[in-house]
Amino acid sequence: MWDNLAALPRYRGLIQSLVARELKARYRGSALGMFWSFGNPILLLTVYSIVFNYFQPPRTDIQPYALFLCCGLLPWTWFASSLNESANSLLAGGNLIKKVLFPAEILPIVSVLANMVQFLLALPILAGFLIYYANVPIVGPDGVVSEPRVALHAAELVWLPLVVLIQLVLTTGLALLLSALTVHFRDIRDILANLLTLWFFATPIIYSWRVADSPNLKLMLDVNPFTHLAVSYQEILFHPENAFGHVWWLLALGAASIAIFFAGYWVFDRLRDSFAEVV
Amino acid sequence: MTTSTPAIELTKVTKVYRRYGSRQFATLKSALTHRSILTELKPSETFTALSDFSLRVPVGSTFGLVGRNGSGKSTALKLVAGITKPTSGTVTVRGRISALIELGAGFHPEISGRENVFINGIMLGLSKREIERRFDEIVEFAELADFIDEPVKTYSSGMYMRLGFSVAIHVDPEVLLIDEVLAVGDEGFTHKCLDKFADFKRRGKTVLLVTHSLNLVERFCDEAAWLDGGHMRAEGDPYRVIAEYVSDVEKQEERFLASSDDKARNVVASVSAPVQPAADLPPDPAADMMQAAEGRWGSRVVEIVDVALVDAQGQPVHVIHSGDPATLRMTVRAHQPVDDFVFGIGIFGADGVCIYGTNTDIDEFTPGKLDGDATVAIAFQGLDLVEGTYKLDVAVHKHDGVPYDYHRLLHTFRVKSRAKDVGIYRPGHRWAFDGAVTIAPKH
Repeated sequence: MWDNLAALPRYRGLIQSLVARELKARYRGSALGMFWSFGNPILLLTVYSIVFNYFQPPRTDIQPYALFLCCGLLPWTWFASSLNESANSLLAGGNLIKKVLFPAEILPIVSVLANMVQFLLALPILAGFLIYYANVPIVGPDGVVSEPRVALHAAELVWLPLVVLIQLVLTTGLALLLSALTVHFRDIRDILANLLTLWFFATPIIYSWRVADSPNLKLMLDVNPFTHLAVSYQEILFHPENAFGHVWWLLALGAASIAIFFAGYWVFDRLRDSFAEVV
Repeated sequence: MTTSTPAIELTKVTKVYRRYGSRQFATLKSALTHRSILTELKPSETFTALSDFSLRVPVGSTFGLVGRNGSGKSTALKLVAGITKPTSGTVTVRGRISALIELGAGFHPEISGRENVFINGIMLGLSKREIERRFDEIVEFAELADFIDEPVKTYSSGMYMRLGFSVAIHVDPEVLLIDEVLAVGDEGFTHKCLDKFADFKRRGKTVLLVTHSLNLVERFCDEAAWLDGGHMRAEGDPYRVIAEYVSDVEKQEERFLASSDDKARNVVASVSAPVQPAADLPPDPAADMMQAAEGRWGSRVVEIVDVALVDAQGQPVHVIHSGDPATLRMTVRAHQPVDDFVFGIGIFGADGVCIYGTNTDIDEFTPGKLDGDATVAIAFQGLDLVEGTYKLDVAVHKHDGVPYDYHRLLHTFRVKSRAKDVGIYRPGHRWAFDGAVTIAPKH
């Protein structure tokens, strides 16, 4: 396991080109091309904004809601797409595994990284929102007009790369685990898509972490690792006026993510030899 | 000659696969616990692709693996390539490997040939700079200079294969594994590939070749092995190994043709005897010769009870070598005495073209009397046919063509030939050269 892990950096050139290929191929042939990396999150946010502004106004006083949503939804899209794609990655790359001597873990890793690049490309949209709301007064649903909000707090922004890094480690660990198991149980692909929908609603993305009013609900949110990522993003980007109070949770999650990564890699490494036969 | 250090060494290698459909958990469990799959599964749930197989390929030699489909050749190659791991035994390979197992594996259809060359090259172990250096050569070899910036999905399958082959061959490995990939591209491209292999050999690289092209093994390989059902059947000098393999294949074919011939005969027997002669009688058998539809007809006053092709030793055979003497023997039975009878035979190609036909009338025999059982034989000093499958017509009929018993294309035999000449007939021949020409036979 350690030898294989240590050999991985040698393949960074390959990982790099595969990620680039993945992104190029994704929008090749579409009229707008790479624009979709921005277009997709904008459309997604528009849909959620419409739903939660008109059809089902949230029972929160979070304002502006679209910005709040944006902070949790973009990282979630990275997370969920990575897991969905990597669960399928070994099966989709079956001809590589069967015909070329090729470290298989590259495939799920590429899925995670390609989605991370998409996430990073969508960050300017978030920046746009932040600048916009820093310059206009906010009108609440009850007609109360509040002052323009504080855009960002530089001291908190330094935490952001750490949050991204922890999400990367966590996602990669889960991706390795899922991709290896899916080779043996293809049912995982179908279960996973639905499970992720449930997970999405069980995570404070469309609602605030603070809504948890019963101990049970609070416990449920606390054991959900993505809660702490979502809350971290929200605290850094959405609540710049408050101090980043979630840092200890985040560090604990970081430690857990490293453990999950090694566990995922261990399972993957153990199952490695069976891939070429089962795929 | 080759040195004694093996570049590839397989020692007592056994490879067992789980049969599709048997317990999935078993593979997962055995992989997780690092235990052999054999302890998890019953023998009926496994398939042994290779058993107790040992192989040594010395550095710098070219080694050919032959065998029927499913004999374990490709499994052996995958083990050497490291794509799968042996269930037991050890595999050792010294030096950088490039495996030409599936060409263009990993090409992405949506992106250009150029980008695919880079990614494929990196996958096969080249650095970006190495690919840049060889890029023009790769494209030129694949003959794709005009299309290299088009997405690969627009390529024809030949273009796709050529590009895949070109990348793989330019990896410049010390050990090259080839699995039946020379059938890519046209004649010209195949020659270029063969030149490239010759070049490899000259530079002292090791090549392990899996192929059905026995010619190739004889021409290129220093050593060969014949795999049969996961076991090594023969190993050593390519000519000897190939000869053993070919004779085994012939035996197999002989059995196959014999059984299909039996089936044809059963069909013949099950056709209820005397068919109404007037009804389905071909009006003019001579004109009918050109229409190939198998069957049997005739009044059966005289019946052909058995047809056999026998070799020089008098053994019935279904596979003969081109130019070998052979005798076509039919056993006939006259249910009542007749004095108007002609025996005829016809040899047809697999496409139904008549190659030769004659009868006792054409060859100027005058019928006397036929009553009861008789044997009729026509001996050929040499059946000078090219390789292929042939069908026979045999018949007994009246002088005016009205058949007693007509077997149309019911009997099959096969001609084998080492030479790959073409056509339908091989006249005996010998080359002669004179003047300012230097030319010598290959062996």
